[in-house]
This record gives sequence, structure tokens and C-alpha cells, in this order.
Amino acid sequence: MSSRILNWFKFSSPATFYPLAGKIQKAAALVAVVLLAVGLYMSFFVAPTDYKQGEGYRIIFIHVPAAWMSMFIYVVMAFWAAMGLVFGTRLSFMMARALAPTGALMTFIALWTGAFWGKPMWGAWWVWDARLTSELILFFLYIGYIALQGAIPDLRRGDRAGAILLLVGVVNIPIIYFSVKWWNTLHQGASVSITKGSSMSTIMLETMLLMTIAFWAYAIAVAMARVRLIILERERGTRWVQELPEVRGAWTK
Amino acid sequence: MDEVKAFFHMGGYALYVWGSFGVTALLMIAEPLTLAARRREMIRRLRRLARLEAEQSS
Repeated sequence: MSSRILNWFKFSSPATFYPLAGKIQKAAALVAVVLLAVGLYMSFFVAPTDYKQGEGYRIIFIHVPAAWMSMFIYVVMAFWAAMGLVFGTRLSFMMARALAPTGALMTFIALWTGAFWGKPMWGAWWVWDARLTSELILFFLYIGYIALQGAIPDLRRGDRAGAILLLVGVVNIPIIYFSVKWWNTLHQGASVSITKGSSMSTIMLETMLLMTIAFWAYAIAVAMARVRLIILERERGTRWVQELPEVRGAWTK
Repeated sequence: MDEVKAFFHMGGYALYVWGSFGVTALLMIAEPLTLAARRREMIRRLRRLARLEAEQSS
């Protein structure tokens, strides 16, 4: 048991994690590219026209995965924030920082595609509905976190302050998720539910799940790329960074 | 040709479908490209730093 714990903590050292992150990044990028290609093909050429929403419904193939990722990434960031505060592992805070811009991007995509779906279907780009408003708050949480990190030059203090913001903001996630149940929203209820199964046709559901895995792989790839940058930035004075093949050698990667 | 036209027309939802997919594609291409550029810049900086240190110690 104790050796297992040691093994895990080994990877919490930036020097050991840096090359591993590179490998994860490459694998995730490959998965993302392949699945996005297949997913986009299915979104446009395999999934049938919806009997009610025509071709306009195809927006959900990016809207739903982006919305799921926007919440999921936040939860993962809050997890790393908690790990960082409890164990004092620097890498945990770096992971939280690395995920933030991608989380903000996913939230923006969810809001943007939602507006482009809402206009033809509801007749409005935006309504102050509980689902939409709580998602907008999530976007502000991401922006607030990023701004806070930028505003505190002391890394340790910035890490801790950011982590506390993340943990307080996590209360918003169940609000977003259950908003369509708790309030009488214009936003439709869940199309996919663990308890009730799916209200969509199989091929539409498969396309959406495929796109979700693709977005997931994308998020992992870019987060790994960003955490590697953060590691290099923070550890630039150390021996192991100076001895990295990409820093020493002739080959650029 | 008509098929291609019909595809881009999206049953009248062209603005909304392409407005969604277009902006999403743009962002999800821009993010990795920006990161790759930042990495190149970072490696250049680290190399300069390593060279400087090597010169000082010699």
C-alpha cells in the first residue's frame, strides 16, 4: 500500500510528470483528431434530419459535448484545487491552471452554439433562463479564476487563492445540471439521462457520445500541452529543465 | 452540384449551423496552434538561458 502511494506521489513531481504529460498529449491528440473526423462525418452525413427541428438540430452535436465538458472540466479543476490545498502538491495547482482556458473555451462554445440554436428554435439569441444564466455564471467563474491568477504575482498565493475560488464556485455545477428540473426553464430537459435512458434516436445519441469523447480527448491534449508550458516556466532555473533534450539538443519538438 | 448546394443550405438553417460549427472549429484550431507557438517561444528562451549560463561558467 505504502509503495503504491509513493508511486502516485512520484508523478506529482513536475520533473517526472513533464515527459509523461508529453506522451499523454500525443496519444490524446491522435484520438481527438480521429474521433472528430468520424464524429463530424456522422454529424452531417449519417445522422438523419430531425422531424421537428430539420437540419438545425445538428448544432447539438457540438453544443451538448461542449456544455458537458464545460461542467466536467470545472469539476476536475476543483478536484485538483482540493488536492493542492490538502497535499500541498505544486503540480495539482498547475493542472488547475492548465485546464482553465480550455474550460472557458468550452463554456463559450456551449453559450455561442446555444444562441445559434435558440435563435431559429425559440426566436431569441438569449433568454434569462436558469440553465443559460447559470452557464453564463460558469463562464464568469472561469474568467474570474484566470484573472485572479494573472493578478497575483506570487505563485504560491495565487495558487491558493485560485483554489479557494474554484472550490466555492463548484456549488454552481449542480445548479447548472439540475436547473432544467428545479425551475421551469425554456431550455429543454436532459436528452440523455442515467435513470430514464435517452429520448433520442440511437444514431443521434451515438454521434453525440462520439463527439463528447472527441472533445474530451481534445481537452486532455491541450491541457497537457499547457501544463508542460507551465512546468517549464516555473522550473526554468532547475537543472532537469536545462538538461532536457529539447533545450540542450539540436532537435526541436 | 445541387447536392453540395443543398448541403450548405442546411434546410434553411445555414447561418445557425455554420455559425456554430464555424466558430467552434476556429477556436478549437486556434487553441492548439497558440499553444504550439508558445512552446516554440519557450524552448527558444530556455536555450538562450542555457547558453548564457554555459558562457558564464566557462
